[in-house]
Amino acid sequence: MLVTLALVYELWVNSALSRHQFGWHFFVTQTWDPVAGQFGALPFIYGTVVTSMVALVLAVPAGVGAAIFLSELAPRKLSDAMTFLIELLAAVPSVIYGVIGMFVLLPVIKEYAYPALKNTLGWTPLFQGPFYGVSFLSAGIVLAVMILPFIVSVSRQVLMAVPQDQREGALALGATKWEMTWKVVVPFAKQGIFGSIFLALARALGETMAVTMVIGNDPKIHASLFAPGYSIAAIIANEFTEATSDAYISSLINLGLVLFALTIVINGVARLLIHATSRHSAQPA
Amino acid sequence: MPRLTTPMPGSPKPSEELAGSSPAGDAAAPVTVQGAASAELFGPGVEEKMRITGLNFFYDKSQALYDVSLRIPTNHVTAFIGPSGCGKSTFLRTLNRMFETVKGTRVEGDVRLDGEDIFDLDVTSVRRRVGMVFQKSNPFPKSIFDNVAYGLRVNGGLSRAQVAERVERSLVRAALWDEVKHKLHESAYGLSGGQQQRLCIARALAVDPEVLLLDEPCSALDPIATAKIEELLLGLADSCTIVIVTHNMQQAARVSDYTGFFLMGKLVEFDRTEQIFQAPARKETEDYITGRFG
Repeated sequence: MLVTLALVYELWVNSALSRHQFGWHFFVTQTWDPVAGQFGALPFIYGTVVTSMVALVLAVPAGVGAAIFLSELAPRKLSDAMTFLIELLAAVPSVIYGVIGMFVLLPVIKEYAYPALKNTLGWTPLFQGPFYGVSFLSAGIVLAVMILPFIVSVSRQVLMAVPQDQREGALALGATKWEMTWKVVVPFAKQGIFGSIFLALARALGETMAVTMVIGNDPKIHASLFAPGYSIAAIIANEFTEATSDAYISSLINLGLVLFALTIVINGVARLLIHATSRHSAQPA
Repeated sequence: MPRLTTPMPGSPKPSEELAGSSPAGDAAAPVTVQGAASAELFGPGVEEKMRITGLNFFYDKSQALYDVSLRIPTNHVTAFIGPSGCGKSTFLRTLNRMFETVKGTRVEGDVRLDGEDIFDLDVTSVRRRVGMVFQKSNPFPKSIFDNVAYGLRVNGGLSRAQVAERVERSLVRAALWDEVKHKLHESAYGLSGGQQQRLCIARALAVDPEVLLLDEPCSALDPIATAKIEELLLGLADSCTIVIVTHNMQQAARVSDYTGFFLMGKLVEFDRTEQIFQAPARKETEDYITGRFG
């Protein structure tokens, strides 16, 4: 708590110059031009949010599905072994993900995923334009792989913690295993599954290295996921050591503050969401 | 699943003959108990709902039930008593194949529901016909209405109006309707312990089971809540076959028509409840009910 407060204080004080100079325009300005002394945060906020959303869209169904398989269907030994392997994924350093992303994932996306997406979903603004490899999409996919272990591991634990009497209650009514899983076990574990998703999201928002390597580092806003972009964490890492003017440094710190605020807001939304969905599932008195 | 079909001691007919006499076609018709000995036990007009023959039950290598054979009468309350660990709950969990959720369990013997072998039937249909209420109330984290409607929705085929009507009827049958009718859409966890257990009974009744198994349903409840459930069971027995396991002998005496006494995995004695409590045939039974042991 104290550390958090100290952190906010530092970010606040050191971003003062940027906040005074640009005010609220900082958040809505698309220009990032250190030479001209113009700093706007919008492309980075956009890049951070978009890559995280892509990651969630891919990782949530896969991760929750895998967790359900591991906790409900797989034999215990297989489940433990696979969970161990999946948890190992979480221990891989992010720079390795970046390297794999650059040298393995990008060619694969370019060869297979890009033409397929363009042909099927090319009519939406999300999948238009040329593809150079580095892009929002690539960053989102790398992030999805990185956050998957969190979703699988936490969701599986939560699912396994669903009391046996709940399962038996459903079975005793003539439910099949599948109906029991979908209509009793998963709803019972809903809160915990949401928790795992937001933990994963927090990780995705703050992830720096792997994203920096595959997002393209282009401070512009593009609707298409095929286009390169930039994220908050990536620009701070890339440009902090090169920041020459006080306004430049201050703006980067201001971006850090924004990332921090974004994380807090998302956490808040998550709590509200959990609260709203759990009205019927208050814990037993 | 290996099963033995040994003739039941004292049975008027060998069970093979019985099985042969009820082909799948008229399986729904209850088998009327015949023969002097069983007529004496069941009385005139009382039909057999379930017949258990030569039941042995194993948890891995250890045996929990030894050669249990008995018949459960239709639309009566049958109680099983006995000390902890005597196998009465295990016995109950074989009647709807709920034991199958535990790994390493194995059953030998024959369990028939209206003459049909429950191991030949689809497991979900067995559990629909033989409902169960557990020791600890286990409402789902849903509203009161959705809890009762759960089984109906799983089994499908009913309109919204029919579901609502069945939910109301089940809550009425479980003597809970008046207490919850104004808050059907609130969480079931807001109810008291006794109400939650009656909700679980309503949930089980909603799918119209032919047999309702209750596994020590009152062991976590106060005397008032217990009295309500006992009263409710007596009312239900008009339309449903009730099998209750209890470690409370007074409860068995109050609610049941027939009582079985289990000891160390064996069914020591099974008879009319008055007979068991007033003039038990076996010394072990007498020792247990007079409190000299257990």
